[in-house]
Amino acid sequence: MTGSESTFGVSTHKGISMAIDEINKAGGINGKKISLKSYDDQGQAAEAVTIVTKLITQDKVSLILGEVASSRSIAAGTVAQQYKIPMLSPSSTNPKVTQVGDQIFRVCFIDPFQGAVMARFAINNLKLKKAAVFRDIKADYSMGLANFFVEEYKKMGGEVVADVSYSGGDMDFKSQLTSIKSKNPDVLFVPGYYTEVGLVARQARELGLKAVLLGGDGWDSEKLTEIGGDAILGGYFSNHYSHEDQSPVVQNFVAQFKARYGEVPSGLAAQGYDAAMVAADAMKRAKEMTPRGFRDALAETKNFQGVTGMITINEQRNAVKPAVVLKVVGPQKFSYVTTINP
Amino acid sequence: MKRFQTLVLIAVVALLWGLNYLFEENLNPYVLRVIINCGIGMILAMSLNLVNGCAGQFSLGHAGFMGVGAYISATITSVLNLSPFFQTDLGVGCAIVIGGIVASIAGYLVGLPSLRLKGDYLAIVTLGFGEIIRICFLNIEAVGGARGLSGIPPKSNFFWVYLWVVVTFIALLRLLRSSYGRAILSVRENEIAAESMGIDISHYKVVAFVVSSFFAGIAGGLFAHFQSFIDPNSFVFNKSVEAVIMVVIGGMGSLSGAILGGVIVTLLPEVLRVFEQYRMVIFPLILIVLMLVRPMGLFGHKEIWELFRRKASS
Repeated sequence: MTGSESTFGVSTHKGISMAIDEINKAGGINGKKISLKSYDDQGQAAEAVTIVTKLITQDKVSLILGEVASSRSIAAGTVAQQYKIPMLSPSSTNPKVTQVGDQIFRVCFIDPFQGAVMARFAINNLKLKKAAVFRDIKADYSMGLANFFVEEYKKMGGEVVADVSYSGGDMDFKSQLTSIKSKNPDVLFVPGYYTEVGLVARQARELGLKAVLLGGDGWDSEKLTEIGGDAILGGYFSNHYSHEDQSPVVQNFVAQFKARYGEVPSGLAAQGYDAAMVAADAMKRAKEMTPRGFRDALAETKNFQGVTGMITINEQRNAVKPAVVLKVVGPQKFSYVTTINP
Repeated sequence: MKRFQTLVLIAVVALLWGLNYLFEENLNPYVLRVIINCGIGMILAMSLNLVNGCAGQFSLGHAGFMGVGAYISATITSVLNLSPFFQTDLGVGCAIVIGGIVASIAGYLVGLPSLRLKGDYLAIVTLGFGEIIRICFLNIEAVGGARGLSGIPPKSNFFWVYLWVVVTFIALLRLLRSSYGRAILSVRENEIAAESMGIDISHYKVVAFVVSSFFAGIAGGLFAHFQSFIDPNSFVFNKSVEAVIMVVIGGMGSLSGAILGGVIVTLLPEVLRVFEQYRMVIFPLILIVLMLVRPMGLFGHKEIWELFRRKASS
């Protein structure tokens, strides 16, 4: 809850605490109340490893919720795997996380899935069949999204006219954008982080490139419109959840969260809440009240209605669930467009 | 006398081996983890003590050298796939030593030009080096980049870590008592006087720096093979500061003080975990109080046995 991504940890913790209180108020798991033990790892992998060892061997927990960031989840997961204690990450999207072992699960989708989502969105919703891809060659995340976008887009009958790259930290993208412009695409998929995306948007418009901009959850920051200005307006990106989603589950969650903390829940809070709820659901269904029983029940999670959508855990222990698509409509304003199911 | 020393050494190794067995069977793994972390902290503190305490220079890049040792040794054991030998205890030990050697080479390369600088300037150069190293690892895809390097064989146990604590302690104690050590101390006391006595101060500073980097690299290698996961975030500027705190708390120039400092700085945050989010408020408070009460550090320039000797005679 401290360290460089501190807001992520704090939001997640709020979501988890709220979920645990709700479960206990409703009578707990088969009459037993859940107790929540949380420790702060200061954003350090070494601390995460120590803490997970402490949770397992001293506090004797039977299930671990965490970590937020993928690198720490991988480190902590090794320990959980060693002691055969199930671990459920709310928001680590790197594919490698659950490959640590059969005890590690997550309630979020993985990076490549977002690429497929945006490909489908471009073809089915926008009806645009000529795409260009502009990827960050240095980020694992961006490469994953781009590869799956290309694959899905071609499968659905679209044509990828250009596939070029930049490297994170670049400031000038004009040469690549000029070559993209000569191919005249309808959409431009930029699965990067908000800083570069903002600059790409500005320079693309300056060059007169009119393609619709698409991206992934790396766009999700108030800085996006600050850097991109008017150029980024009208772009679409995929995300885990939107508090504007009008379905009763989401609206109910948002209202309760506001009443408790006085703020609109972020995506991480929603994912933390869902992780705790999925865990509680598995505990209820477990044949035996042991870590082993919980693990088996977690693996069988099917169509669980969470705030972030219907969650099903697949054989790779990843969550199969819908993504939402948001549209950039104004300074720091993203409006909900649609939900896309896997 | 030689035979006596050999016997003591064998006894110490046997004792560590026995304790290792005893701890692994009977001790809670979390407690054992903290004890091993303390050992790594001790090596780190003792090595930095040579530069910051004994030679009187101010290095702020110790985490960088630790990172070099950690990444080099981990690359040998788990990325390069050289031979199954590097998966065994002995192979990992060799890899850790290689990591230490590469770290000391890095120390030489950084030290040679920058140790001609004094005080604050050296601090800034070493700080910069630490950051450069970290950013390099961040951008090398082969060692995992920002995602980190996982699946390192977890071979550092109580025995290996504390064996290295003993080795570091003996090596540094002997170094300090030799003519080299005296020369290093004289650089701290008064550079001009030392130089006028014919001591090549740059040379001795570099020696101290290289030896210090070697043991920092060893600490890094042990750390990597203990956590079995490293990422560039493990070697941030904060880690260097932590090492400096260890040395300052124990007393600049005191080897036993560095050991105590290493233990305190590793142990306190764990003990304070009961205070949850107030932990990182209480920990610095304790440090501030400690510095106000004993500004020269717990032991000052003295070693623990010297403190007792003086008390006994007075």
